[in-house]
Amino acid sequence: MAETFIIIPGRTSRQGAGISEGKFKKNYQEEISQLQISPEDMQRLNLQPGDWVRVSSESGHIEVQIKPAKGGELPPGLLFIAYGDLSSRLMGADTHGSGMPTSKAFDVEMVALPNHKPAPAT
Amino acid sequence: MATAETSPPPVSEEFKIIQDATCTFCGCVCDDIDLKVQGHKIVEAKRACVLGTAWFLEHEIEDRPMCLIRGQEASVAEGIERASQILADAKYPLIYGMSDTTVESQRVAVGIGDWIGGLVDTTTSVCHGPSGMAFQGVGEVTCSLGEVRNRGDLIIFWGANPAESHPRHFTKYSLMPKGMFVPRGRKDRTCVVVDVRKTKSAKAADIFVQIKPRKDFEALWTLRALANGVDLDPEEVERETGQPYTLWTDLMDRMKAARFGVIFFGMGLTMTRGKHANTEALMALTRDMNKHTRFVCKANRGHGNVSGADNVVTWRTGYPFGVNLARGYPRFNPGEYTASDVLARKEADAAMIIAADPMANFSQPAREHLKSIPYIAFDLKETPTTRAAEVAFTVATYGINVPGTVYRMDDVPIPLRPAFESPNPSDLSILNGIEKRVRELKAAEGN
Repeated sequence: MAETFIIIPGRTSRQGAGISEGKFKKNYQEEISQLQISPEDMQRLNLQPGDWVRVSSESGHIEVQIKPAKGGELPPGLLFIAYGDLSSRLMGADTHGSGMPTSKAFDVEMVALPNHKPAPAT
Repeated sequence: MATAETSPPPVSEEFKIIQDATCTFCGCVCDDIDLKVQGHKIVEAKRACVLGTAWFLEHEIEDRPMCLIRGQEASVAEGIERASQILADAKYPLIYGMSDTTVESQRVAVGIGDWIGGLVDTTTSVCHGPSGMAFQGVGEVTCSLGEVRNRGDLIIFWGANPAESHPRHFTKYSLMPKGMFVPRGRKDRTCVVVDVRKTKSAKAADIFVQIKPRKDFEALWTLRALANGVDLDPEEVERETGQPYTLWTDLMDRMKAARFGVIFFGMGLTMTRGKHANTEALMALTRDMNKHTRFVCKANRGHGNVSGADNVVTWRTGYPFGVNLARGYPRFNPGEYTASDVLARKEADAAMIIAADPMANFSQPAREHLKSIPYIAFDLKETPTTRAAEVAFTVATYGINVPGTVYRMDDVPIPLRPAFESPNPSDLSILNGIEKRVRELKAAEGN
């Protein structure tokens, strides 16, 4: 069953270093394609590291693998993903007269995909 | 890959040392990096952080053509001609990006925008653009990073995570250095981190304040009220901010007691609902605090020369980003003339993207429209934006191959000291070529 979370896309040092290595290379692609979730939420939803979930916003949806947030970084109810192609797919186009789309702390629905088989890389 | 039109410069395999090279990866613009260079490879970058090390050591001369037109290899001259035609023929062209290049290139890019009557916007609009709007609303009490280093005794990071985005911020400027009025360095400073996540930066804090998501505005106005002696309902404060009233009164006492307080703020404020209202609250709080003591604020700017982009666009047009030059004079209106909006609304009919990657970072409607119009892209490496461009230039890297000037996040101009020449052209040389040709085409149009 889908559950509502608040997602925070943001920068990580691995994502930043990955830009210099190349955006089509492994480090960058791996970093922007993993959703962090609090260990409490993982336990509550019976999720394991590497499980696939679908995250949907008003503007789009993505399918990603999850990993537990380290060191209490995320309280329950919050998700984190490194900036990149996937995080931008969830972002709306409306900037509310500012030029800046609401890119952090917006609502999403997350649902587990227990039998998910990822599409082959193109 | 070098095309036939130019021969790559001869490569010496002897080691050379470039002292005090400038890293342009992030807004810290560290200019104390010693590079060990062998041929076209940097093999060591002393004092660089994890991001700077990747920036220098991963820099390679890409095995790509200098110019591609619709994915086919072309000469740079052919690319300049095609790019000029696209821009000169367009009715509502957009020039966007510019925060990862020199002020010299930014200057020419704005000039092209003027000649073609286009829109000029920079990555500021999806970074600290809302801070620029707030700045116009309430002003900004600020200072250089050198003053923070020498004077700052209460350092607050709000919605910013420099441990990951600006790794030398703490050690070079804000927390660790022993300064003129903080002789014991870290021992003389108190660090407060305010965030919705317990980020890696929170580990460096003496006090971590975890507020509710989307409640920065309420938290900042709580502090404004306390700074101005306004009574608040403690229960409502806790309900709204997620932290007890006593925490806020304690923090305000510390802020008033500071000799030189500093608030560094990040995109946790500008990208979250409220946007410019959030940063306006923070700048107003900083102003309020000067009734009690010396207090300043500073945006933690991301890209190496995004501050330069703000400066150059401002001194060329009077506005920092989102400028419309279609009527022959500049007009500024974020939301109307900003890149994300004009693309998502399908208004722009051509674009020139300089050192930015909107095909990865913009909303889906904006990306779909950009893909449907002819556009020119400049980048050091292949990106989703260069892949879909009508004309894509592979350019030399600013700071590593190309000299020039960049502005640090505190608007201090810093010179670049390149490590070696690239066989690829600089974006400045291409932009100069496009400006010249666009002027010819526009003059012919007028006849």
